[in-house]
Amino acid sequence: MTLKTWRELPIGCVVSEPGSASEYHTGSWRSQRPIWDNTKCIKCGICYVFCPEGCVQQGEDGFFMANMDYCKGCGICSHECWPRAIKMIEEG
Amino acid sequence: MGKRVGMEVAVAVAEAVGLCNIDMAAVYPITPQSHIAEHLSDLVADGKIDAEFVTVESEHSAMSAVIGASGTGARSYTATSSQGLMYMHELLPIASAMRLPITMAIANRAVSGPLNILNDHSDIMPQRDSGWISIFVENGQEAIDMSIIAFKIAEHKDVMLPVNINIDGFQLTHMVEPFEMPTQEEVNQFLPPFIPHATLHPARPVTMGAFAMSDYFTEIMKAKDEAIKNSKKVILKVWDEWGRLFGRNYKPVETYKTDDADILLLTMGSMGETAQMAIDELRVKGTKAGLVKLRLWRPFPFDELKAVVKNTKKLIVTDRAVSFGGPGGPVFSEIKSALYAETQRPLIYNYIYGLGGRDVTVKDFTGMFEKVLADTGNQAADTYEFWGVRE
Amino acid sequence: MNIVENFDLFAPRLINKQELLSSGHRACSGCAEVLAVRLMAKALGENTVIASATGCMEIVSSMFPTTAWQVPWVHVAFENAASVASGIEAGLKALRKKGKIDDRYIKVVGMGGDGATMDIGFQALSGAMERGHDMIYVCFDNEAYMNTGIQRSSGTPMGASTTTAPAGKVSMGQKTWKKNMPEIMVAHEIPYVATVCPSYPLDFIRKMEKAKSIKGPSYIHCFSVCPTGWRAPSQTAVSMGRMAVETGVFPLFEVENGHYRVSPDMPKKLKPIRDYFKPQGRFRHLTNEEIDPIQERVTIEYKKLMEKAKFL
Repeated sequence: MTLKTWRELPIGCVVSEPGSASEYHTGSWRSQRPIWDNTKCIKCGICYVFCPEGCVQQGEDGFFMANMDYCKGCGICSHECWPRAIKMIEEG
Repeated sequence: MGKRVGMEVAVAVAEAVGLCNIDMAAVYPITPQSHIAEHLSDLVADGKIDAEFVTVESEHSAMSAVIGASGTGARSYTATSSQGLMYMHELLPIASAMRLPITMAIANRAVSGPLNILNDHSDIMPQRDSGWISIFVENGQEAIDMSIIAFKIAEHKDVMLPVNINIDGFQLTHMVEPFEMPTQEEVNQFLPPFIPHATLHPARPVTMGAFAMSDYFTEIMKAKDEAIKNSKKVILKVWDEWGRLFGRNYKPVETYKTDDADILLLTMGSMGETAQMAIDELRVKGTKAGLVKLRLWRPFPFDELKAVVKNTKKLIVTDRAVSFGGPGGPVFSEIKSALYAETQRPLIYNYIYGLGGRDVTVKDFTGMFEKVLADTGNQAADTYEFWGVRE
Repeated sequence: MNIVENFDLFAPRLINKQELLSSGHRACSGCAEVLAVRLMAKALGENTVIASATGCMEIVSSMFPTTAWQVPWVHVAFENAASVASGIEAGLKALRKKGKIDDRYIKVVGMGGDGATMDIGFQALSGAMERGHDMIYVCFDNEAYMNTGIQRSSGTPMGASTTTAPAGKVSMGQKTWKKNMPEIMVAHEIPYVATVCPSYPLDFIRKMEKAKSIKGPSYIHCFSVCPTGWRAPSQTAVSMGRMAVETGVFPLFEVENGHYRVSPDMPKKLKPIRDYFKPQGRFRHLTNEEIDPIQERVTIEYKKLMEKAKFL
């Protein structure tokens, strides 16, 4: 990302692009990642609700997955998943 | 052309602000500002102005609330004094960095301690570097005029900065003076509606006051510095326009009998009128004395000041605040540094006076002149003196 | 596991799909506070303007030149979120009345951490609530100054070790009881006060929506687990919040026009606080002798709350 000069700054440094933080990918922080076992998933959506990143999404098939661009690997989804459908595995 | 009225200056300031179609005001009581707050709330209570009047629990919250309101695009006003201004201090550079055109009256009063409710400039001087346009007025008429003008300057699309109007506490705020109050029609004609650069409204969600680290902080400071420097053009233009409409002309540096003067006195605020009498007395005695009144404190009017003092031999700068352990009063050190690069510059003398409401008479000014005239000039006045202090 | 049963039936259908706090924010991994903020934004919806205090949530969400916010949001300083919010409310009210903006109803929200709310911003909050502004103030309480490095606040619980009230040879850590902020807000006689925890998202969202529906000031106190500051594994952030509720350390209740109602999520019988303390590094140094009086206090406070809830 190129940095703006002082002349290019918006007046009052107002940020007028809502949600532009998504340009930054926090997925690089991750040391472990969640893996869904859809045979155990009951589609309750608890993983979606409890994700601090808001990066767990429901697919058209009703199953859930995390956007790895943002998933920080906190493990809350796995820890909270009642039917134990989400497993955390080490990255790399 | 306005109405000829006589009233207390603080009340008149509130009346003038009442003509400006403000949307919101948040004011906390403090002597000697309180009459502005009281009269503004009267105007709101009587339905004479259609605004939200927020009776905050502190000056810190007064400034916070006007920042919030200004962020929504509301024309927002506050007024304070002394400790209240010190309490707001944290927020002043934030308001200017966010480029919110808030206007504020300051009934200048000494800063504690010890507690002293009377007039000097020790409250505004610590706010010097907050990025606000800072204007001093000399009398009630100027206080009224600047209170209206401030909105137009602040909200100009090429400015978008907060403005403070400095009105000497008690010595000016509590005087009953005759003046011309512009009519509502005249103000409507002069003051366009406020068009904000961004607003806190869901129609177009923005983030204001974002967090910036070292990669952006320097650029943000530079942009703010350029903004306030550029504001001078607009200030001059708006003052010109006011002059055309109302016949009262304002300049960043006002002068009185300076053209042929060998020795000049520089004042800020309400002392100007007393100083003017001193000049007249000295002129009668044959001293080529003149007076410089600094109206615009920020952005500092370098060019105008240099032009005025260029041909004088001696310049007496008066200060109504102390920079403890520093190079002299804040106005003095500013003017000295402004003139440093000039090949032709006067000797500069600094007197700190009128602190905490200490009375200043014509005699005090003539006394300063006598002392400076007696100086052979070689001492070059590298220091400052507390005028009238009991040794 | 009644919460899971609820989810089985309702979630995520009952929850606003729209994310108003975008991914890419810089909160620590496993931050339950940012989870709470995300849920708050969902519950309040688009027609919201937020004034935030300085703190974790401010810096993680507004790294210039970007923002995670999709609702209007402003940060001014540490101690003044409530007064900035009151100014926003006044400004919008005036502009709406004068027809300068469209006529939609906008909810103004002030938010801050425990330090910003209970310590440095206490006066501004009290003033804003007393003046009766139509706004919600949400305190995201993670029980210490986490943004500056886990220093104690008046929200830090007795016995917790922080960087300015550390446990040592002659100290058990925090020596004072947690300030009872919800009760102080109740004493302001505002229309609505509630405690929430994102571990109970349906209760959380219902209370936010309730606050949103009230014309006048409301106060929400949100228990926000901080795995970093509490020295606990990140995946336990949600379960830890549940433990705080189940032990009575942080009871879920609401007070509407002076009437107390304890959340149905509260268990019949409280669990011992030891279960809650155990996984947290900040309490690890506590001896049984030190935990006992804390347990006693929690039990008494909970009984007091239940007594109040009897008078409807």
